[in-house]
Amino acid sequence: MGLRRYAGNLALLVPPFGWLTVFYLGSLFILLLSAFWQVDSMTGEIVHDWTLDNFRVLFSDVTYRIVAQRTIGIAVLVTLTDIVLAWPLAWVIARKVGPRLKLLLLVLVALPLWSSMLARIYAWRLILGHDGVLNWFLHEAGLPGQSIAFTNVALWLVFSYLWLPFMVMPLIAALERIPASLLDAAGDMGATPSQVLRTVILPLAVPGMAAGSIFTFAVTLGDYVTPMLVGGAGSDFVGNVVYSNVGVSGNVPFAAAFSLLLLVVVAGYMLVARRFGAFDGT
Amino acid sequence: MQDKAPEIVPAVSLHNLTKSYGHGKPVLKGIDLEIWPGEFFTLLGPSGSGKTTTLRLIGGFEFPDAGEISLCGEDVSRLPPYRRDVNTMFQDYALFPHMSLRDNVAYGIKIRRVPEPKRRERATQALEMVHLEGVADRRPSQLSGGQRQRVALARALVNEPSLILLDEPLGALDLKLRREMQVELKRIQKQTGITFVYVTHDQEEALSMSDRIAVFSEGRLEQVGTPQELYEHPASTFVACFIGSSNILTEAGQDILLRPEDVRVEAQGYVPSPDEAVMPGTVTEIAYLGPVTRCRVRGASEDDSILAILPSRLARGLREGEPVAAVWFRAAAYRLPASAA
Repeated sequence: MGLRRYAGNLALLVPPFGWLTVFYLGSLFILLLSAFWQVDSMTGEIVHDWTLDNFRVLFSDVTYRIVAQRTIGIAVLVTLTDIVLAWPLAWVIARKVGPRLKLLLLVLVALPLWSSMLARIYAWRLILGHDGVLNWFLHEAGLPGQSIAFTNVALWLVFSYLWLPFMVMPLIAALERIPASLLDAAGDMGATPSQVLRTVILPLAVPGMAAGSIFTFAVTLGDYVTPMLVGGAGSDFVGNVVYSNVGVSGNVPFAAAFSLLLLVVVAGYMLVARRFGAFDGT
Repeated sequence: MQDKAPEIVPAVSLHNLTKSYGHGKPVLKGIDLEIWPGEFFTLLGPSGSGKTTTLRLIGGFEFPDAGEISLCGEDVSRLPPYRRDVNTMFQDYALFPHMSLRDNVAYGIKIRRVPEPKRRERATQALEMVHLEGVADRRPSQLSGGQRQRVALARALVNEPSLILLDEPLGALDLKLRREMQVELKRIQKQTGITFVYVTHDQEEALSMSDRIAVFSEGRLEQVGTPQELYEHPASTFVACFIGSSNILTEAGQDILLRPEDVRVEAQGYVPSPDEAVMPGTVTEIAYLGPVTRCRVRGASEDDSILAILPSRLARGLREGEPVAAVWFRAAAYRLPASAA
């Protein structure tokens, strides 16, 4: 009986493990390998000779360092912005409203996710464009127009908008889980409301913020669509370099090398996020 | 605790305290109460009687609709919890999960900016008092329920408040642990001399631990007194029934309390002495509880039913359905004051 159940459990695990091994780990492994190959500059064929040339170029060419810095920098900025924007919203939804209003607010937070991401990015082009909604408002108010479209500022705004719900939701979950008696207890022992926030609420909300930052940071890091649509000439992300190397120049090994770098950053980030409890609990 | 010299200021003084929650349902309908320094004072009552609300008002977690709360003579009715010299031991312990036990205990004195070496010393002392000094570096999640409860107590003690509020702190513990903690709490209260205000619905716990008890019913105080006063001279039928087991007999429209341990069971046809009363009947129920046996005797009608608690060695021969006589000394029956409501 025990053996049969064991065999049964094993059989259940075969499909997910098979899927994971072949499609996920398999393709990652090929990515790893191809990063150490090269393209023959004459024929355009991939040469399967082991070389570190791709990485040498990546680390020596200042262009790629700037792209990497921009990508990581904007991802960090977006994360911080979303944390700041999410806090008051999450606090109100988690602890201040009745169940009916709470449901309504939750739906409103999630509502943008019902429409295509592309449509929403194009909407921002209409807002930020030269003759867009923003400049119209500024003009009506007698203020000088701004040319935000196709800049890093536009990128920052649109990314922050896109991933905000993903920061709000886990933060709500984290704040809801803090028992009210903990806040009472802190006040009881002499902590002012701001001290309660700093010493009790904030540390207990860290796992929620870490979970949210997986979207705001890691997903921003890998995106190339948004920079393509709202970024300017100087707004290329790592993803855009990878995209153009695969598509335009057909240099898959170089694209693989740059992706690998991104992968290392994301993996390192995930380990940090786990330390902060991003994957704990529900 | 009677005959207080007039110059002693009460640790807690409640004057005409009222409170209702949303939809206007009154929870407290005018509470007047004085608790003296160094007392182990218990708020006792069934759930929903207002005892926990009273505690939360003293702690400052809620504010009264009307009335006044004074701590050591100072009116604190409108002050938030962090401005009151009171610490609370919460029902769910409310330990901070992200801190070690030592940091939990030291939280209050850290907030009050007690410098580090002194802080550590006081936290260790408080943990010693509850016998947990060996596990100071653990997290609350690594402790048993009983240990968490001790930490919660240490956390309240470390601030050396004039008053500690305890909200059914033993509710979640099993009976044996509960007994141990009752003794422990009482010991610590005596040792520190801090006034304890203790909320419970367990009348046995209240009797065994308290210097004085306030009995709550439906947002009012039924009676305030020592355990002995409450048990032997209850001010109302409610108090008589809530504290200990009781037989309530009616005589000329007045309730009379007869404690079951004052009732004997004799053979039918027993001839009473002039100062004894007798009710003939049959045994309807026998429950053996070890040292004592509970025995219910039913008289002529359904309503005439008397509970007797007998030493088990005297109850050995009794059988259900047996005709007997319930006997008691008239002097043991206590006339309850007519309920004024």
